[in-house]
Amino acid sequence: MQFGIFTVGDVTTDPTTGRTPTENERIKATVAIARKAEEVGLDVFATGEHHNPPFAAPANPPVLLAAVAAQTERLVLSTSTTLITTNDPVRIAQDYAYLQHLSDGRMDLMLGRGNTGPVYPWFGKDIRDGIPLAIENYALLHRLWREDVVNWQGKYRTPLQGFTSTPRPLDGVPPFVWHGSIRSPEIAEQAAYYGDGFFSNHIFWPASHTKQMVELYRRRFEHYGHGSADQAIVGLGGQVFMRRNSQDAVREFRPYFDNAPVYGHGPTLEEFTSQTPLTVGSPQEVIERTLAFREYAGDYQRQLWLVDHAGLPLKTVLEQLDLLGEEVVPVLRKEFAALKPAHVPDAPTHAARVAAAGGARDTTVHAAADDVTGASPEPTTLEVTS
Amino acid sequence: MTTQTPFHLAVVTAGVTQPSSTRLLADRLTEATVRALAPLDVVVEVVDVRDVAHDLTNNVLTGFASPDLQVRLDAITEADAVVVATPVYAASYSGLFKMLVDVLPQDALRDTPVLLGATGGTARHSLAIDHALRPLFAHLGALVAPVAVFAASEDWGSVEAGRLGERIERAGTAFAALVQGSPRAARVDPFAQVTPFESMLTDLRH
Repeated sequence: MQFGIFTVGDVTTDPTTGRTPTENERIKATVAIARKAEEVGLDVFATGEHHNPPFAAPANPPVLLAAVAAQTERLVLSTSTTLITTNDPVRIAQDYAYLQHLSDGRMDLMLGRGNTGPVYPWFGKDIRDGIPLAIENYALLHRLWREDVVNWQGKYRTPLQGFTSTPRPLDGVPPFVWHGSIRSPEIAEQAAYYGDGFFSNHIFWPASHTKQMVELYRRRFEHYGHGSADQAIVGLGGQVFMRRNSQDAVREFRPYFDNAPVYGHGPTLEEFTSQTPLTVGSPQEVIERTLAFREYAGDYQRQLWLVDHAGLPLKTVLEQLDLLGEEVVPVLRKEFAALKPAHVPDAPTHAARVAAAGGARDTTVHAAADDVTGASPEPTTLEVTS
Repeated sequence: MTTQTPFHLAVVTAGVTQPSSTRLLADRLTEATVRALAPLDVVVEVVDVRDVAHDLTNNVLTGFASPDLQVRLDAITEADAVVVATPVYAASYSGLFKMLVDVLPQDALRDTPVLLGATGGTARHSLAIDHALRPLFAHLGALVAPVAVFAASEDWGSVEAGRLGERIERAGTAFAALVQGSPRAARVDPFAQVTPFESMLTDLRH
Protein backbone atom coordinates (compact mmCIF):
# COMPACT_ATOMS: atom_id res chain seq x y z
CA MET A 1 0.00 0.00 0.00
CA GLN A 2 1.15 3.50 -0.82
CA PHE A 3 0.85 6.51 1.47
CA GLY A 4 1.25 10.10 0.46
CA ILE A 5 -0.14 13.61 0.29
CA PHE A 6 -2.17 15.58 -2.22
CA THR A 7 -2.47 19.31 -2.53
CA VAL A 8 -4.82 21.73 -4.25
CA GLY A 9 -2.29 24.57 -4.05
CA ASP A 10 -4.64 27.10 -2.49
CA VAL A 11 -3.24 30.50 -1.56
CA THR A 12 -5.19 31.23 1.61
CA THR A 13 -4.80 33.88 4.30
CA ASP A 14 -3.53 32.48 7.60
CA PRO A 15 -6.46 33.45 9.87
CA THR A 16 -4.22 33.53 12.95
CA THR A 17 -1.84 36.14 11.49
CA GLY A 18 -3.88 37.73 8.71
CA ARG A 19 -0.99 37.15 6.32
CA THR A 20 -1.49 35.79 2.80
CA PRO A 21 1.47 34.14 1.09
CA THR A 22 2.62 35.38 -2.30
CA GLU A 23 2.36 33.08 -5.30
CA ASN A 24 6.12 32.71 -5.26
CA GLU A 25 6.09 31.66 -1.60
CA ARG A 26 3.31 29.16 -2.19
CA ILE A 27 4.97 27.63 -5.24
CA LYS A 28 8.32 27.24 -3.45
CA ALA A 29 6.54 25.88 -0.36
CA THR A 30 4.86 23.24 -2.52
CA VAL A 31 8.25 22.00 -3.73
CA ALA A 32 9.56 21.98 -0.15
CA ILE A 33 6.52 19.97 0.96
CA ALA A 34 7.06 17.42 -1.82
CA ARG A 35 10.75 17.02 -0.91
CA LYS A 36 9.83 16.62 2.73
CA ALA A 37 7.31 13.92 1.80
CA GLU A 38 10.15 11.83 0.38
CA GLU A 39 12.45 12.64 3.30
CA VAL A 40 9.96 11.35 5.89
CA GLY A 41 9.35 8.16 3.94
CA LEU A 42 6.03 8.82 2.20
CA ASP A 43 5.47 7.21 -1.20
CA VAL A 44 3.37 9.66 -3.23
CA PHE A 45 3.04 13.39 -3.87
CA ALA A 46 0.11 14.58 -5.97
CA THR A 47 -0.69 18.11 -7.13
CA GLY A 48 -3.92 19.65 -8.33
CA GLU A 49 -4.27 21.59 -11.57
CA HIS A 50 -5.64 25.13 -11.41
CA HIS A 51 -5.94 28.08 -13.72
CA ASN A 52 -7.21 30.85 -11.46
CA PRO A 53 -6.86 32.57 -8.08
CA PRO A 54 -6.87 31.72 -5.22
CA PHE A 55 -4.68 28.84 -6.40
CA ALA A 56 -0.98 28.56 -7.17
CA ALA A 57 -1.21 24.98 -8.38
CA PRO A 58 0.31 24.45 -11.83
CA ALA A 59 -1.87 24.90 -14.91
CA ASN A 60 0.07 21.93 -16.27
CA PRO A 61 1.10 19.61 -13.41
CA PRO A 62 4.08 18.03 -15.24
CA VAL A 63 5.87 21.38 -14.92
CA LEU A 64 5.87 21.09 -11.12
CA LEU A 65 6.26 17.32 -11.09
CA ALA A 66 9.32 17.45 -13.36
CA ALA A 67 11.00 19.86 -10.94
CA VAL A 68 10.15 17.58 -8.02
CA ALA A 69 11.35 14.52 -9.94
CA ALA A 70 14.72 16.20 -10.38
CA GLN A 71 15.01 16.75 -6.62
CA THR A 72 13.81 13.36 -5.37
CA GLU A 73 14.71 9.73 -5.85
CA ARG A 74 11.87 7.46 -4.74
CA LEU A 75 8.72 9.56 -4.55
CA VAL A 76 5.91 8.67 -6.98
CA LEU A 77 4.52 11.84 -8.57
CA SER A 78 0.86 12.12 -9.38
CA THR A 79 -1.99 14.58 -9.85
CA SER A 80 -5.15 15.47 -7.97
CA THR A 81 -6.46 16.01 -10.56
CA THR A 82 -5.54 16.43 -14.21
CA LEU A 83 -8.50 17.96 -16.03
CA ILE A 84 -9.55 15.46 -18.68
CA THR A 85 -12.37 17.78 -19.75
CA THR A 86 -10.63 21.03 -20.66
CA ASN A 87 -7.15 19.78 -21.62
CA ASP A 88 -6.43 18.54 -25.10
CA PRO A 89 -5.88 14.79 -24.69
CA VAL A 90 -3.01 15.05 -27.15
CA ARG A 91 -1.17 17.40 -24.80
CA ILE A 92 -1.91 15.18 -21.80
CA ALA A 93 -0.51 12.18 -23.69
CA GLN A 94 2.65 14.05 -24.63
CA ASP A 95 3.35 16.02 -21.45
CA TYR A 96 2.82 13.08 -19.11
CA ALA A 97 4.77 10.65 -21.30
CA TYR A 98 7.64 13.15 -21.20
CA LEU A 99 7.36 13.29 -17.41
CA GLN A 100 7.36 9.50 -17.33
CA HIS A 101 10.76 9.48 -19.08
CA LEU A 102 12.21 12.27 -16.92
CA SER A 103 11.10 10.58 -13.70
CA ASP A 104 12.15 7.06 -14.77
CA GLY A 105 8.57 5.89 -14.43
CA ARG A 106 7.99 7.41 -10.96
CA MET A 107 4.66 8.90 -11.95
CA ASP A 108 1.00 8.26 -12.62
CA LEU A 109 -1.99 10.57 -12.94
CA MET A 110 -5.51 11.01 -11.68
CA LEU A 111 -8.12 12.32 -14.09
CA GLY A 112 -10.95 14.56 -12.93
CA ARG A 113 -13.55 16.80 -14.50
CA GLY A 114 -12.80 19.85 -12.38
CA ASN A 115 -15.32 21.51 -10.13
CA THR A 116 -15.19 25.12 -11.28
CA GLY A 117 -17.77 26.03 -13.90
CA PRO A 118 -15.89 29.07 -15.27
CA VAL A 119 -12.83 27.03 -16.25
CA TYR A 120 -14.62 25.35 -19.16
CA PRO A 121 -15.15 28.42 -21.38
CA TRP A 122 -11.54 29.53 -20.78
CA PHE A 123 -10.57 26.53 -22.87
CA GLY A 124 -13.44 26.68 -25.33
CA LYS A 125 -15.53 24.01 -23.61
CA ASP A 126 -19.00 23.83 -22.10
CA ILE A 127 -19.55 22.51 -18.56
CA ARG A 128 -22.72 20.77 -19.68
CA ASP A 129 -20.49 18.46 -21.72
CA GLY A 130 -18.43 17.50 -18.63
CA ILE A 131 -19.14 13.77 -18.65
CA PRO A 132 -19.08 13.27 -22.47
CA LEU A 133 -15.79 15.24 -22.61
CA ALA A 134 -14.29 13.00 -19.92
CA ILE A 135 -15.38 9.92 -21.86
CA GLU A 136 -14.29 10.99 -25.34
CA ASN A 137 -11.01 12.62 -24.28
CA TYR A 138 -9.91 9.62 -22.27
CA ALA A 139 -10.86 7.20 -25.04
CA LEU A 140 -8.43 9.14 -27.24
CA LEU A 141 -5.72 9.46 -24.57
CA HIS A 142 -5.91 5.72 -23.97
CA ARG A 143 -5.25 5.03 -27.65
CA LEU A 144 -2.49 7.65 -28.02
CA TRP A 145 -0.39 5.80 -25.43
CA ARG A 146 -1.08 2.35 -26.87
CA GLU A 147 -1.06 2.81 -30.65
CA ASP A 148 1.93 4.27 -32.47
CA VAL A 149 -0.19 5.70 -35.23
CA VAL A 150 -3.68 6.96 -34.54
CA ASN A 151 -6.45 7.88 -36.95
CA TRP A 152 -9.22 9.41 -34.96
CA GLN A 153 -12.37 11.44 -35.25
CA GLY A 154 -14.56 12.67 -32.41
CA LYS A 155 -16.96 15.34 -31.32
CA TYR A 156 -14.76 17.68 -29.32
CA ARG A 157 -11.47 18.21 -31.14
CA THR A 158 -10.07 18.27 -34.67
CA PRO A 159 -9.59 14.82 -36.24
CA LEU A 160 -6.19 13.13 -36.23
CA GLN A 161 -4.79 11.46 -39.34
CA GLY A 162 -1.77 9.21 -39.01
CA PHE A 163 -0.79 10.91 -35.76
CA THR A 164 2.00 9.66 -33.51
CA SER A 165 2.05 11.05 -29.98
CA THR A 166 5.62 11.56 -28.77
CA PRO A 167 7.46 10.58 -26.72
CA ARG A 168 6.19 7.02 -26.67
CA PRO A 169 5.56 5.66 -23.14
CA LEU A 170 8.67 4.63 -21.22
CA ASP A 171 9.52 0.92 -21.65
CA GLY A 172 6.39 0.53 -23.77
CA VAL A 173 4.13 0.80 -20.71
CA PRO A 174 1.63 3.69 -20.50
CA PRO A 175 1.38 5.68 -17.25
CA PHE A 176 -1.11 4.23 -14.77
CA VAL A 177 -4.36 6.19 -14.63
CA TRP A 178 -6.71 6.79 -11.70
CA HIS A 179 -10.15 8.23 -12.30
CA GLY A 180 -11.31 10.57 -9.56
CA SER A 181 -14.91 11.43 -8.80
CA ILE A 182 -17.08 12.24 -5.84
CA ARG A 183 -20.59 11.38 -6.96
CA SER A 184 -20.75 10.54 -10.67
CA PRO A 185 -21.47 6.84 -11.27
CA GLU A 186 -20.38 7.33 -14.91
CA ILE A 187 -16.78 7.87 -13.82
CA ALA A 188 -16.71 4.78 -11.59
CA GLU A 189 -18.09 2.90 -14.59
CA GLN A 190 -15.39 4.38 -16.84
CA ALA A 191 -12.59 3.34 -14.45
CA ALA A 192 -14.06 -0.16 -14.24
CA TYR A 193 -14.42 -0.48 -18.02
CA TYR A 194 -10.73 0.18 -18.63
CA GLY A 195 -9.52 -1.68 -15.54
CA ASP A 196 -7.89 1.57 -14.34
CA GLY A 197 -7.71 2.77 -10.74
CA PHE A 198 -10.54 4.59 -9.01
CA PHE A 199 -9.77 7.35 -6.52
CA SER A 200 -12.41 8.66 -4.19
CA ASN A 201 -11.70 12.18 -3.01
CA HIS A 202 -13.37 11.08 0.24
CA ILE A 203 -12.76 14.40 2.03
CA PHE A 204 -15.40 17.11 2.48
CA TRP A 205 -18.18 14.52 2.06
CA PRO A 206 -19.65 11.70 4.17
CA ALA A 207 -18.20 8.21 3.91
CA SER A 208 -21.52 6.98 2.47
CA HIS A 209 -20.66 8.74 -0.84
CA THR A 210 -17.32 6.95 -1.01
CA LYS A 211 -18.82 3.58 -0.11
CA GLN A 212 -21.44 3.87 -2.87
CA MET A 213 -18.91 4.83 -5.55
CA VAL A 214 -16.27 2.27 -4.56
CA GLU A 215 -18.82 -0.54 -4.44
CA LEU A 216 -20.08 0.35 -7.91
CA TYR A 217 -16.51 0.51 -9.28
CA ARG A 218 -15.54 -2.83 -7.74
CA ARG A 219 -18.69 -4.56 -9.00
CA ARG A 220 -18.21 -3.27 -12.56
CA PHE A 221 -14.43 -3.96 -12.52
CA GLU A 222 -15.32 -7.61 -12.02
CA HIS A 223 -18.11 -7.39 -14.65
CA TYR A 224 -15.59 -6.23 -17.26
CA GLY A 225 -13.31 -9.17 -16.46
CA HIS A 226 -10.31 -7.39 -14.95
CA GLY A 227 -10.33 -9.55 -11.82
CA SER A 228 -12.51 -10.06 -8.80
CA ALA A 229 -14.16 -7.05 -7.17
CA ASP A 230 -11.70 -7.06 -4.28
CA GLN A 231 -8.80 -6.89 -6.76
CA ALA A 232 -9.87 -3.51 -8.18
CA ILE A 233 -7.41 -0.66 -7.57
CA VAL A 234 -8.80 1.85 -5.10
CA GLY A 235 -7.33 5.06 -3.70
CA LEU A 236 -8.78 7.25 -0.97
CA GLY A 237 -8.26 10.81 0.13
CA GLY A 238 -8.10 11.89 3.75
CA GLN A 239 -7.58 15.04 5.71
CA VAL A 240 -5.72 15.26 9.00
CA PHE A 241 -4.31 17.70 11.50
CA MET A 242 -2.24 16.27 14.32
CA ARG A 243 -0.50 17.17 17.52
CA ARG A 244 0.79 14.66 20.04
CA ASN A 245 -1.97 15.80 22.36
CA SER A 246 -5.44 15.66 20.82
CA GLN A 247 -6.73 18.83 22.50
CA ASP A 248 -3.77 20.82 21.19
CA ALA A 249 -4.58 19.71 17.66
CA VAL A 250 -8.20 20.82 17.97
CA ARG A 251 -7.27 24.17 19.51
CA GLU A 252 -4.63 24.95 16.89
CA PHE A 253 -6.67 23.79 13.86
CA ARG A 254 -10.00 25.38 14.79
CA PRO A 255 -9.31 28.89 13.42
CA TYR A 256 -8.12 27.37 10.14
CA PHE A 257 -11.23 25.22 9.94
CA ASP A 258 -13.60 28.04 10.87
CA ASN A 259 -12.26 30.28 8.10
CA ALA A 260 -11.40 27.78 5.37
CA PRO A 261 -13.00 28.65 2.02
CA VAL A 262 -14.33 25.09 1.59
CA TYR A 263 -16.26 24.67 4.84
CA GLY A 264 -15.70 27.79 6.95
CA HIS A 265 -18.68 29.54 8.53
CA GLY A 266 -20.76 26.40 8.07
CA PRO A 267 -20.72 23.28 10.25
CA THR A 268 -18.68 23.20 13.43
CA LEU A 269 -15.34 21.38 13.53
CA GLU A 270 -16.99 18.72 15.69
CA GLU A 271 -19.87 18.22 13.23
CA PHE A 272 -17.50 18.03 10.30
CA THR A 273 -15.13 15.54 11.92
CA SER A 274 -18.02 13.26 12.84
CA GLN A 275 -19.69 13.51 9.40
CA THR A 276 -16.61 13.35 7.12
CA PRO A 277 -13.19 11.62 7.27
CA LEU A 278 -11.51 14.81 8.58
CA THR A 279 -9.49 13.81 11.65
CA VAL A 280 -8.10 16.38 14.05
CA GLY A 281 -6.29 14.80 16.97
CA SER A 282 -3.36 12.63 17.97
CA PRO A 283 -1.37 10.35 15.61
CA GLN A 284 -3.08 7.39 17.28
CA GLU A 285 -6.51 8.79 16.40
CA VAL A 286 -5.42 9.23 12.79
CA ILE A 287 -4.20 5.61 12.71
CA GLU A 288 -7.50 4.30 14.04
CA ARG A 289 -9.63 6.43 11.73
CA THR A 290 -7.60 5.50 8.66
CA LEU A 291 -7.71 1.78 9.41
CA ALA A 292 -11.49 2.07 9.62
CA PHE A 293 -11.70 3.34 5.99
CA ARG A 294 -10.98 -0.25 4.95
CA GLU A 295 -14.24 -1.37 6.56
CA TYR A 296 -16.33 0.33 3.86
CA ALA A 297 -13.84 0.71 0.99
CA GLY A 298 -12.29 -2.77 1.20
CA ASP A 299 -8.55 -3.46 0.93
CA TYR A 300 -7.20 -0.50 -0.97
CA GLN A 301 -3.95 0.50 -2.59
CA ARG A 302 -3.33 4.18 -2.00
CA GLN A 303 -4.01 6.61 0.82
CA LEU A 304 -3.38 10.32 0.22
CA TRP A 305 -3.88 13.05 2.82
CA LEU A 306 -4.52 16.74 2.41
CA VAL A 307 -2.30 18.55 4.92
CA ASP A 308 -1.37 21.91 3.44
CA HIS A 309 -4.54 23.91 2.84
CA ALA A 310 -6.61 26.60 4.57
CA GLY A 311 -3.65 28.92 5.16
CA LEU A 312 -1.58 26.61 7.37
CA PRO A 313 2.00 27.93 7.46
CA LEU A 314 4.77 25.88 5.82
CA LYS A 315 6.43 25.16 9.16
CA THR A 316 3.23 23.59 10.49
CA VAL A 317 2.76 21.54 7.32
CA LEU A 318 6.30 20.17 7.58
CA GLU A 319 5.61 19.21 11.22
CA GLN A 320 2.51 17.36 10.05
CA LEU A 321 4.65 15.43 7.56
CA ASP A 322 7.10 14.53 10.35
CA LEU A 323 4.23 13.08 12.38
CA LEU A 324 2.88 11.18 9.38
CA GLY A 325 6.32 9.78 8.54
CA GLU A 326 7.44 8.97 12.07
CA GLU A 327 4.31 7.87 13.88
CA VAL A 328 1.41 7.22 11.53
CA VAL A 329 2.58 5.62 8.29
CA PRO A 330 4.97 2.98 9.78
CA VAL A 331 2.09 1.63 11.90
CA LEU A 332 -0.43 1.78 9.05
CA ARG A 333 1.96 -0.02 6.67
CA LYS A 334 2.27 -2.87 9.11
CA GLU A 335 -1.42 -3.04 10.03
CA PHE A 336 -2.76 -2.81 6.45
CA ALA A 337 -0.23 -5.37 5.21
CA ALA A 338 -1.29 -7.82 7.91
CA LEU A 339 -4.96 -7.40 6.95
CA LYS A 340 -4.56 -7.62 3.17
CA PRO A 341 -5.28 -11.06 1.61
CA ALA A 342 -2.59 -12.35 -0.76
CA HIS A 343 -4.77 -12.16 -3.87
CA VAL A 344 -5.36 -8.41 -3.49
CA PRO A 345 -2.80 -6.57 -5.64
CA ASP A 346 -0.30 -4.02 -4.35
CA ALA A 347 -0.42 -0.42 -5.54
CA PRO A 348 0.60 -0.19 -9.21
CA THR A 349 4.19 0.87 -9.89
CA HIS A 350 6.03 1.29 -13.16
CA ALA A 351 8.40 -1.59 -12.36
CA ALA A 352 5.55 -3.97 -11.60
CA ARG A 353 3.66 -2.95 -14.73
CA VAL A 354 6.78 -3.42 -16.88
CA ALA A 355 7.29 -6.87 -15.38
CA ALA A 356 3.64 -7.75 -16.00
CA ALA A 357 4.05 -6.65 -19.63
CA GLY A 358 6.90 -9.15 -20.07
CA GLY A 359 9.76 -6.72 -19.61
CA ALA A 360 10.86 -3.34 -20.86
CA ARG A 361 10.94 -2.59 -24.56
CA ASP A 362 11.84 0.59 -26.31
CA THR A 363 8.96 1.85 -28.43
CA THR A 364 10.54 4.92 -29.97
CA VAL A 365 8.94 5.75 -33.29
CA HIS A 366 11.63 6.82 -35.73
CA ALA A 367 9.63 8.77 -38.24
CA ALA A 368 10.12 8.27 -41.92
CA ALA A 369 12.69 10.76 -43.12
CA ASP A 370 10.27 13.38 -44.28
CA ASP A 371 11.49 16.61 -42.75
CA VAL A 372 10.15 18.61 -45.64
CA THR A 373 6.43 18.12 -45.03
CA GLY A 374 6.74 17.07 -41.38
CA ALA A 375 4.25 14.30 -42.15
CA SER A 376 3.74 11.60 -39.55
CA PRO A 377 4.54 8.02 -40.49
CA GLU A 378 1.72 5.99 -42.01
CA PRO A 379 0.83 2.61 -40.61
CA THR A 380 1.39 1.11 -44.06
CA THR A 381 4.98 2.34 -44.54
CA LEU A 382 6.65 -0.86 -43.35
CA GLU A 383 10.10 -1.61 -44.68
CA VAL A 384 10.38 -4.96 -46.37
CA THR A 385 13.75 -6.35 -45.42
CA SER A 386 13.72 -9.80 -46.99
CA MET B 1 -55.29 -11.44 6.81
CA THR B 2 -53.65 -9.50 4.01
CA THR B 3 -50.46 -7.55 4.42
CA GLN B 4 -50.65 -4.16 2.83
CA THR B 5 -47.67 -1.89 2.15
CA PRO B 6 -48.36 1.27 4.11
CA PHE B 7 -48.86 4.52 2.22
CA HIS B 8 -46.17 7.07 3.11
CA LEU B 9 -47.29 10.66 3.48
CA ALA B 10 -44.56 13.21 4.20
CA VAL B 11 -45.57 16.55 5.69
CA VAL B 12 -43.26 19.55 5.38
CA THR B 13 -44.04 22.49 7.62
CA ALA B 14 -41.93 25.64 7.68
CA GLY B 15 -43.49 27.64 10.51
CA VAL B 16 -40.98 28.94 13.03
CA THR B 17 -43.07 29.92 16.05
CA GLN B 18 -44.31 27.59 18.77
CA PRO B 19 -47.19 26.97 18.44
CA SER B 20 -47.26 27.65 14.72
CA SER B 21 -50.32 28.32 12.60
CA THR B 22 -48.44 26.85 9.63
CA ARG B 23 -47.96 23.61 11.58
CA LEU B 24 -51.63 23.75 12.52
CA LEU B 25 -52.63 24.06 8.86
CA ALA B 26 -50.27 21.23 7.89
CA ASP B 27 -51.77 18.99 10.57
CA ARG B 28 -55.32 19.78 9.51
CA LEU B 29 -54.53 19.14 5.83
CA THR B 30 -52.87 15.86 6.82
CA GLU B 31 -55.85 14.74 8.90
CA ALA B 32 -58.24 15.55 6.07
CA THR B 33 -56.10 13.63 3.60
CA VAL B 34 -55.68 10.59 5.85
CA ARG B 35 -59.44 10.56 6.49
CA ALA B 36 -60.18 10.69 2.79
CA LEU B 37 -57.65 7.94 2.08
CA ALA B 38 -59.32 5.55 4.57
CA PRO B 39 -59.20 2.60 4.85
CA LEU B 40 -55.65 2.91 3.46
CA ASP B 41 -52.91 2.33 6.04
CA VAL B 42 -51.14 5.73 6.03
CA VAL B 43 -47.80 6.38 7.72
CA VAL B 44 -47.29 10.10 8.31
CA GLU B 45 -43.80 11.58 8.64
CA VAL B 46 -43.62 15.23 9.64
CA VAL B 47 -40.60 17.33 8.69
CA ASP B 48 -40.54 20.49 10.76
CA VAL B 49 -38.04 22.66 8.90
CA ARG B 50 -37.14 24.62 12.02
CA ASP B 51 -35.61 21.48 13.56
CA VAL B 52 -32.96 21.36 10.83
CA ALA B 53 -32.46 25.08 10.14
CA HIS B 54 -28.71 24.98 10.90
CA ASP B 55 -28.27 21.71 9.04
CA LEU B 56 -29.87 23.28 5.97
CA THR B 57 -27.38 26.16 6.00
CA ASN B 58 -24.54 23.67 6.40
CA ASN B 59 -25.84 21.56 3.55
CA VAL B 60 -25.98 24.57 1.24
CA LEU B 61 -22.36 25.41 2.19
CA THR B 62 -20.82 21.92 2.18
CA GLY B 63 -22.95 20.08 -0.34
CA PHE B 64 -24.00 17.23 1.94
CA ALA B 65 -26.71 16.63 4.52
CA SER B 66 -26.10 15.93 8.19
CA PRO B 67 -27.53 12.60 9.41
CA ASP B 68 -30.51 14.45 11.00
CA LEU B 69 -31.30 16.22 7.76
CA GLN B 70 -30.68 13.15 5.61
CA VAL B 71 -33.38 11.20 7.44
CA ARG B 72 -35.85 13.96 6.58
CA LEU B 73 -34.74 14.27 2.95
CA ASP B 74 -35.13 10.50 2.59
CA ALA B 75 -38.63 10.65 4.06
CA ILE B 76 -39.65 13.28 1.50
CA THR B 77 -37.96 11.54 -1.43
CA GLU B 78 -39.46 8.18 -0.63
CA ALA B 79 -42.95 9.43 0.20
CA ASP B 80 -45.94 8.44 -1.92
CA ALA B 81 -47.39 11.92 -1.45
CA VAL B 82 -46.33 15.16 0.24
CA VAL B 83 -48.22 17.91 2.07
CA VAL B 84 -46.34 21.21 2.31
CA ALA B 85 -47.15 24.30 4.34
CA THR B 86 -45.11 27.49 4.52
CA PRO B 87 -45.66 30.93 5.97
CA VAL B 88 -45.70 33.71 3.38
CA TYR B 89 -42.81 36.11 3.92
CA ALA B 90 -42.30 39.09 1.60
CA ALA B 91 -44.89 37.84 -0.87
CA SER B 92 -43.44 34.33 -1.20
CA TYR B 93 -42.55 31.06 0.60
CA SER B 94 -40.13 31.49 3.49
CA GLY B 95 -36.37 31.32 2.94
CA LEU B 96 -36.04 28.27 5.18
CA PHE B 97 -38.71 26.47 3.20
CA LYS B 98 -36.87 27.22 -0.04
CA MET B 99 -33.55 26.02 1.44
CA LEU B 100 -35.13 22.64 2.09
CA VAL B 101 -36.40 22.51 -1.47
CA ASP B 102 -32.95 23.57 -2.72
CA VAL B 103 -31.17 20.63 -1.08
CA LEU B 104 -33.66 17.94 -2.12
CA PRO B 105 -32.01 15.47 -4.49
CA GLN B 106 -32.68 15.99 -8.18
CA ASP B 107 -36.06 14.55 -9.18
CA ALA B 108 -36.96 13.88 -5.53
CA LEU B 109 -40.52 15.06 -6.13
CA ARG B 110 -40.94 14.14 -9.79
CA ASP B 111 -44.45 12.70 -10.27
CA THR B 112 -45.11 12.94 -6.54
CA PRO B 113 -48.57 14.30 -5.66
CA VAL B 114 -48.14 17.47 -3.58
CA LEU B 115 -50.77 19.38 -1.65
CA LEU B 116 -49.94 23.06 -1.13
CA GLY B 117 -50.72 25.08 1.97
CA ALA B 118 -49.62 28.54 3.09
CA THR B 119 -50.33 30.92 5.94
CA GLY B 120 -50.10 34.70 6.20
CA GLY B 121 -51.13 37.67 8.25
CA THR B 122 -53.75 38.78 5.77
CA ALA B 123 -55.87 37.23 3.02
CA ARG B 124 -54.24 39.66 0.58
CA HIS B 125 -51.24 37.23 0.47
CA SER B 126 -53.37 34.33 -0.68
CA LEU B 127 -52.14 34.43 -4.29
CA ALA B 128 -48.63 33.55 -3.06
CA ILE B 129 -49.69 29.93 -3.46
CA ASP B 130 -50.37 30.46 -7.15
CA HIS B 131 -47.58 32.83 -8.10
CA ALA B 132 -44.78 31.35 -5.92
CA LEU B 133 -45.50 27.81 -4.73
CA ARG B 134 -47.17 26.47 -7.87
CA PRO B 135 -44.35 27.45 -10.29
CA LEU B 136 -41.76 26.07 -7.84
CA PHE B 137 -43.41 22.66 -7.65
CA ALA B 138 -44.13 22.68 -11.37
CA HIS B 139 -40.38 23.12 -11.88
CA LEU B 140 -39.75 20.12 -9.63
CA GLY B 141 -42.07 18.03 -11.77
CA ALA B 142 -44.45 17.34 -8.89
CA LEU B 143 -48.09 16.51 -9.46
CA VAL B 144 -49.54 19.59 -7.79
CA ALA B 145 -53.08 19.31 -6.45
CA PRO B 146 -55.42 21.88 -8.04
CA VAL B 147 -57.06 22.69 -4.71
CA ALA B 148 -54.68 24.41 -2.26
CA VAL B 149 -55.38 26.13 1.05
CA PHE B 150 -54.29 29.56 2.21
CA ALA B 151 -55.05 30.40 5.84
CA ALA B 152 -54.86 34.05 6.95
CA SER B 153 -54.93 35.17 10.58
CA GLU B 154 -58.61 36.09 10.26
CA ASP B 155 -59.46 32.56 9.09
CA TRP B 156 -58.40 31.15 12.46
CA GLY B 157 -60.09 33.77 14.64
CA SER B 158 -63.31 34.98 13.05
CA VAL B 159 -66.81 33.56 13.05
CA GLU B 160 -66.10 32.74 9.44
CA ALA B 161 -63.40 30.30 10.62
CA GLY B 162 -65.72 27.44 9.89
CA ARG B 163 -65.14 28.14 6.22
CA LEU B 164 -61.44 27.24 6.66
CA GLY B 165 -62.46 23.82 7.94
CA GLU B 166 -64.56 23.29 4.81
CA ARG B 167 -61.75 24.39 2.53
CA ILE B 168 -59.30 22.03 4.27
CA GLU B 169 -61.76 19.17 3.98
CA ARG B 170 -62.29 19.85 0.29
CA ALA B 171 -58.53 20.04 -0.36
CA GLY B 172 -57.91 16.78 1.53
CA THR B 173 -60.65 14.93 -0.33
CA ALA B 174 -59.49 16.17 -3.74
CA PHE B 175 -55.89 15.35 -2.88
CA ALA B 176 -56.78 11.82 -1.82
CA ALA B 177 -58.57 11.29 -5.13
CA LEU B 178 -55.53 12.58 -7.03
CA VAL B 179 -53.17 10.38 -5.05
CA GLN B 180 -55.22 7.24 -5.61
CA GLY B 181 -55.46 7.89 -9.33
CA SER B 182 -51.72 8.27 -9.82
CA PRO B 183 -49.46 5.49 -8.58
CA ARG B 184 -45.93 6.87 -8.56
CA ALA B 185 -43.18 5.18 -10.57
CA ALA B 186 -40.35 3.61 -8.60
CA ARG B 187 -37.23 5.74 -8.23
CA VAL B 188 -34.20 4.73 -10.31
CA ASP B 189 -30.99 4.30 -8.31
CA PRO B 190 -28.11 5.34 -10.64
CA PHE B 191 -25.70 3.25 -8.55
CA ALA B 192 -27.79 0.11 -8.83
CA GLN B 193 -28.63 0.53 -12.54
CA VAL B 194 -25.53 1.98 -14.12
CA THR B 195 -25.46 2.93 -17.81
CA PRO B 196 -23.01 0.50 -19.45
CA PHE B 197 -19.86 2.23 -20.67
CA GLU B 198 -20.28 1.00 -24.25
CA SER B 199 -23.55 2.89 -24.54
CA MET B 200 -21.89 6.06 -23.20
CA LEU B 201 -19.29 5.70 -25.95
CA THR B 202 -21.97 5.04 -28.55
CA ASP B 203 -23.91 8.14 -27.46
CA LEU B 204 -20.90 10.25 -28.42
CA ARG B 205 -21.12 9.11 -32.01
CA HIS B 206 -24.54 10.64 -32.50
